[in-house]
Amino acid sequence: MRKLLCLLAATALFVTGCAGAGSFGNGGRTLVIAIVSNPQMKDAISLSSEFEKANPGVHLKFVSLPENEARAKITASTATQGGEFDVVMISNYEAPQWAANGWLENLEPHMKATPGYDENDFIPSIRQSLSYQNQMYAVPFYGESSFVVYRKDLFAKAGITMPAHPTWQQIADYAAKLDDKNAGIAGICLRGKPGWGESLAPFTTVANTFGAQWFDKDWNAKLTSPEFTQAANFYVNLVRDHGEVGASSAGFSECGTRYAQGQAAMWYDATSMTGTTEDPSSSKVVGKNGYAPAPVEKTQASGWLYTWALGIPNVAKDKDDAWKFMAWMTDKAYAKKVGETYGWNRVPPGTRQSTYEIPQYRDAAKAYAQPTLDGIADANQQKAMVSPVPYPGIQFVGIPEFQDLGTRVSQQLSAAIAGQTSVADALAQSQKYAATVGKSYQEVQG
Amino acid sequence: MSTISVPAGTAPATTRPATTKKKATGTAGKRRLPLLPALIFVIAVTQIPFLLTIYYSFQSWNLVRPGSFHFVGLQNYADVFTDTTFLGALLNTVVLTVVCVFVSLLLGLGLAILLDRKFVGRGFVRTLLITPFLILPAAGALLWKTTMFDPTYGLLHFVFGTDVDWLSQFPLAAVMAQIIWQWTPFMMLLTLAGLQSQPKDVLEAASVDGAGRWRTFVSITLPHLSRFLQLATLLGAIYIVNSFDAIFLMTQGGPGTASTNLPFYIYQRAFEGFDIGQSSAMGVVVVIITMIVATFALRLMFRAFSVDGGTK
Amino acid sequence: MTTAVSGVSGRKRRYGAGSLTVATWIVAILFVFPLLWMILTAFKQESDAYTDPPKLFFSPTFDQISGVLKGGFLPYLANSAFVTVVSTLLVLLLGIPAAYALSLAPVKKTKNALSFFLSTKMLPIVAAIIPLYVISQNTNLLDTVWALIILYTSMNLPLAIWMMRSFFLEVPGEMIEAAHIDGATLPTLLRKIIMPVVAPGVAATALICVIFSWTEFFYAVNLTAARAGTVPVFLVGFITSEGLYWAQLSAAALLASLPVMIVGWFAQNHLVRGLSMGAVK
Repeated sequence: MRKLLCLLAATALFVTGCAGAGSFGNGGRTLVIAIVSNPQMKDAISLSSEFEKANPGVHLKFVSLPENEARAKITASTATQGGEFDVVMISNYEAPQWAANGWLENLEPHMKATPGYDENDFIPSIRQSLSYQNQMYAVPFYGESSFVVYRKDLFAKAGITMPAHPTWQQIADYAAKLDDKNAGIAGICLRGKPGWGESLAPFTTVANTFGAQWFDKDWNAKLTSPEFTQAANFYVNLVRDHGEVGASSAGFSECGTRYAQGQAAMWYDATSMTGTTEDPSSSKVVGKNGYAPAPVEKTQASGWLYTWALGIPNVAKDKDDAWKFMAWMTDKAYAKKVGETYGWNRVPPGTRQSTYEIPQYRDAAKAYAQPTLDGIADANQQKAMVSPVPYPGIQFVGIPEFQDLGTRVSQQLSAAIAGQTSVADALAQSQKYAATVGKSYQEVQG
Repeated sequence: MSTISVPAGTAPATTRPATTKKKATGTAGKRRLPLLPALIFVIAVTQIPFLLTIYYSFQSWNLVRPGSFHFVGLQNYADVFTDTTFLGALLNTVVLTVVCVFVSLLLGLGLAILLDRKFVGRGFVRTLLITPFLILPAAGALLWKTTMFDPTYGLLHFVFGTDVDWLSQFPLAAVMAQIIWQWTPFMMLLTLAGLQSQPKDVLEAASVDGAGRWRTFVSITLPHLSRFLQLATLLGAIYIVNSFDAIFLMTQGGPGTASTNLPFYIYQRAFEGFDIGQSSAMGVVVVIITMIVATFALRLMFRAFSVDGGTK
Repeated sequence: MTTAVSGVSGRKRRYGAGSLTVATWIVAILFVFPLLWMILTAFKQESDAYTDPPKLFFSPTFDQISGVLKGGFLPYLANSAFVTVVSTLLVLLLGIPAAYALSLAPVKKTKNALSFFLSTKMLPIVAAIIPLYVISQNTNLLDTVWALIILYTSMNLPLAIWMMRSFFLEVPGEMIEAAHIDGATLPTLLRKIIMPVVAPGVAATALICVIFSWTEFFYAVNLTAARAGTVPVFLVGFITSEGLYWAQLSAAALLASLPVMIVGWFAQNHLVRGLSMGAVK
């Protein structure tokens, strides 16, 4: 007993010392950065010691969390003016809404005051998606659209050629043909994992191109419309009949692993998938991949638009240092730094046009650089939707309630994919959720 | 060890608080004084936030819609009771708690019986068996999600040779398996403590009388164990009913809401929906339900342990 | 006992005991296999970590472990240790007097106080997380170790008081009476008479508090960020939505759990004794 107490006391003393060194301030200024723990961000964290060297007196502390958790924390902190973070990673879903709420620092003055930052170099659609009243409130770290990767070898063996602009019906036919249960190869990988940023992203692009919409321009929920039903049936049946094993819990990473291990003939997902599919250390299919634009039905294009970007909460204490760091992480030189340190395949894509002019990058990314750029350029509501909607966003509905609504609807979708409910029942339930949200906007308008 | 003299002929055990109580009536207040710091601390930390929860539950407040804060009376409560997901989550919570407590208790008892004898490496085996209780529940959940349940690379896939996607076909069962795995060692420790506190002479007498092992177990060991089993049930239930880590990390409540329990659902309403009013109302409802259940549980418990009676 | 048994059945029993031992070993190894697998995986390269069929033999590497250590593990470890130790000491500081009072106080009040303490344990902690967030923000406790210390103390206090009370009941009432007559003050009383009897119980209680504080996830994830993050928070950072990193995850899980695993291994006897007391009293 006494021994135990002594041990406790000794440990307490020891760790107090450690904690003193580690967490209770250490001279200079400390920036706290909340970030999503994706591979590109981890590279940035590894490289950040260079920033600290170049800016003595500024220390960086990263809070790196998986997407859902990061989003919950960052939103709670920003909305309550918590002030724990000096820099937050947000997407084009949050940026315009939060800017409108007055929660974010306007970055235009900072950008103008930084020589060589060149904000006009950002791809216009990305820049647009992070702006509110034509002012940028967040700067993009990477950007993506969606497209299809396919196995050229399997296509050749089956005697199929991928058209330059495939339709979903064609993709479904190919999936049926290439589906080979005995060899353990699925026809296509599609996300089924619940979450508005998971299964709903690809699904909503499918819905859009089938002519469906979440809300019509008077905020009537349209989740049981013929178009929406048709799209849902198409998606669910495709993934149930010719999709991957465990589809209802497969998200981006699960699909990526399966495709990279050669267990799927096609995969429709984010353009940033190339980090997985073309990485020789984890992918068995490097060099066998072809890339085609997001499949369509009734629209010209159907890829989504998504970007992870950095913003400064308006309550942050040290905005100038925060900006200095953000500028370091998003300027033209950063792409070169990553390329030279970790390989050109790991450069965060889809933000700056200048990145695509670096010869080494163009060479390393020749299979997918152009499809990625095209996808991002075409990702706007005019090209990806049949009729106008009252909200911003392509694969999401740009209103605060959508996180919750989307997650609930995606749970229904997953249940349908898992076979636990029918598509019709899932949509009927989803329609109820959506109608409640729509009503609150109708009240505001009326 | 102590230098203070002990009255001659001390009868231990039989004379305890009951006798001291009478003499001490005058100083009872003073004697309870040491209780106050702990009491005040617990009241402050657990009850003040709860009062705020009650206050929020009468407001409409969406954290991400500034200016949405206003009084709505009982509207949030009405919504909670008509929310089918909430009722489903309630059912899941009950199933999860009952099954996990029961199964882990049974497994724990089995393991404890295996351990309650001398054999080679007993200490090591016990060390092995308690370890799942010592790892972080978060680590345990991630471990099961990936290396056990993954439909392609998981060990279960390898052992059974099927492509079953455990987490989407049997989500609640998969979560329960992990929780049971984590809690069985705790149950085992408690029942083992019970087994080892059995008076040896009674057991020997039984074996001399020629009672079979099974009969000895049923008529002597089980009654002796009953208090330990009740304690294990109560403690297990308290912690398992609040399970969050496993569901959050393994299934996110899905697919659909198939494995959503109340703690996770309230979390979702609060941190994904940012609907503070409604999530607070749910919290209050859950607290009321828990209080009703707990009153019965505690009453049962105190009867079993005869706190009032003063018997040992 | 076996010596009393005659030859044939004795051999049989020994044989039976032998196979029971083997069975026990097998059951134990099967039961902890997920954990053993995690330890193996922690020493694999990523490409060995997810293969079909799973690889039992591979060339071990320390890459993952050192990767985790380099990934800023130590501050989290220090926070966890600090929070765990301080909150456990606080629990003992508040809990020992309370348990002492409850083991002597009038019966009716005891029951009420005990019920109250235990009932707070049953409240769903999620129900109060938003108020807690708002309160800690307004008191400048957000993202500090102190917020966690306060919450963990109140989280563990009820169980601790309840466990320790059982041990206090062991102290013969006459001894306390006598000491009172001799004019001993409460601290003397505690140190000289009570502590020797209840020490094992206090140790067991402390151990339980250490385990629960170290492994606590919900408060830690929601109320800390960069400065006060504890080990479970560090672990969640290893879940990424892009790409699977099982080996790295396993290494992180192993390192995160190791301290409390070691404490638990060495103190398991205390644990058994402490828990058994809690049940009889």
